[in-house]
Amino acid sequence: MSETVERAPEAGGAAPGGPARGALSGTVRRAALIFAQQREATVLVVNILLVIYFWRASPDFLTKDNIANITWIVAPIAIIAIGEVFLLVCGELDLSVGFVLGFSGFLMHYLIDFYSVPAVLAVLLCLLMGVAVGFCNGFITVALGVSSFITTLGTGYILLGILLVTSHAYPATIPESATGVGKLLGSSTWAEIIWTILLVALFHVVFTRTRWGLHTIAVGGNILGASEAGISVARIKYANFMLTGFFGALVGLMVTFQTSSIDPSNAGYQTMFYAIAGAVIGGTALAGGSGTVIGAFLGALMLSILQDGFNLIGISANPLPIIFGGAILVAMIANVQLARLRRAGRTR
Amino acid sequence: MNTPAPDGAGQSAALPDSSGGPVAGDDVLRVEHVSKRFGAVTALIDINLHLKRGEVLALLGDNGAGKSTLLKILCGFQPPDTGRILLDGQEVTLKSVDHARSLGIDVVYQDLALIDELTVYHNMFLKREAVTGPLLNNRAMRKIARQRLDDMGIGLKSVDAEVARLSGGQRQAIAIARAIYSDAKVLLLDEPLAAMGAKEAALILDLIRDLKSRADISVIVIAHNYGQVLEIADRVNLLQHGEITFDKRAKDTSVQELNDIVIAEYRAAMEARQRTAG
Repeated sequence: MSETVERAPEAGGAAPGGPARGALSGTVRRAALIFAQQREATVLVVNILLVIYFWRASPDFLTKDNIANITWIVAPIAIIAIGEVFLLVCGELDLSVGFVLGFSGFLMHYLIDFYSVPAVLAVLLCLLMGVAVGFCNGFITVALGVSSFITTLGTGYILLGILLVTSHAYPATIPESATGVGKLLGSSTWAEIIWTILLVALFHVVFTRTRWGLHTIAVGGNILGASEAGISVARIKYANFMLTGFFGALVGLMVTFQTSSIDPSNAGYQTMFYAIAGAVIGGTALAGGSGTVIGAFLGALMLSILQDGFNLIGISANPLPIIFGGAILVAMIANVQLARLRRAGRTR
Repeated sequence: MNTPAPDGAGQSAALPDSSGGPVAGDDVLRVEHVSKRFGAVTALIDINLHLKRGEVLALLGDNGAGKSTLLKILCGFQPPDTGRILLDGQEVTLKSVDHARSLGIDVVYQDLALIDELTVYHNMFLKREAVTGPLLNNRAMRKIARQRLDDMGIGLKSVDAEVARLSGGQRQAIAIARAIYSDAKVLLLDEPLAAMGAKEAALILDLIRDLKSRADISVIVIAHNYGQVLEIADRVNLLQHGEITFDKRAKDTSVQELNDIVIAEYRAAMEARQRTAG
């Protein structure tokens, strides 16, 4: 009855320089161990190394304009990655969110220009559209038993088809009445990254400090056990699909205002894939049960720094996918190895 | 609907009188004339079972005897075809596992219900979390979990550890702790000693002894291992081919007697099969 769970802390050992130096060495080692045990540690270190590398390779890397450019790249990826973290952790996936992103700008254009809907209401209806797509994804996955991979592939293509048919594949201009709300959402320089940081902070708290987050982990970790405990698995999955759909619509509006155009080419897989890659690089398990919102943000930041940095130092865009693929593999291998370390001495 | 059978009745005429278990008191749970079929297979035949308040009942039997089917009926996972269940003298229809739990019947499935990725205290409070506004009150949950585990004599060093890092016995202990503190009055333990070493089994047996001393929780332990279960049970029921064929106080029986019954039944079945083949 006296079995212990934790291993005894590693002895600092007497250092040759005497007790004081030994104590300092022990403290540093403990701090390093605690840091290494954080899921986000690897990707944070990689981000710092990448910043140093690109800063030394190009003096323009840390200029205000380039930092703004990085924020424009990272914001859409990071916000969608939040939703994907919630879905991946509960054992699901959303491939349709890139098409929700593409459709939401057009929906705002249709509502305002064709149906004279006030801009703020049109924005709210766009967000509601994202939630509704998420609900449909949840219904088909949870109630009809289709895998989320297939479900969201299907709903994504349907949205793309609606977008191309209704827009005739031509870009549209942003409605005049929407410029005010646009400044808030993305047309001013730092609006997107401020939204991103606020959402990452908010949903980090939701994920780690609320029942929603706890039950999401429980559902992904052991769906039968979660169900036995009385958790409504369906409700958690619906909520997470709807959250991701909401973020897809929000990001669609942000990109629309930031680029000052409503472009059908915004729709697609790229942002969604980057978001999933960012989440996975940041320590989210594709098999469900674990992940972090801050890790996903750092993963998205890493991909954004790579994209921006290689452009800046003049490397062709063609080899970028090779580098991204390599980065994902390296990050995952590092995460798997660090997970072993965490299991061996985890105290979080 | 069948009429309630008197205490200990409803069993085979050959059954010894089972009344007057070590812990006196009314039946907290009664199962009357319950049967269950799955297509052509009869899983349970006219089962009558009773559980006194504060009693530990061992439900023994070989694989395929019907133990799991009976457990699933008692925890609300599936309904019986016939018969009825009474909880505190009131007939209840158990609509789901959640419903049964809300009535005070909780089941501990080995260690399957725990979430490896969550901490000990989050597992103990899963779905019954302490909150302050919308936020989890982790400090309160840690403190209460620590207190409860100490009270139960479960010596974990930290309740912050992920359950994945615990031994089988510790996981089982946490699953039992979770059920006990969910206001369960009837606890169903499904093979709590399966695949456990001697030290871990001792931990769980101690826990069940502690439950007996509290006298406010009644326990049905489903098990294969007669010897270990007889150490802690007040009464023993033996399930064979869907029927309860034996109901005795634990102190009035022995591992030898139980083994003899099972072996005799096996030999009789083999002889019947040979006669049929001949």
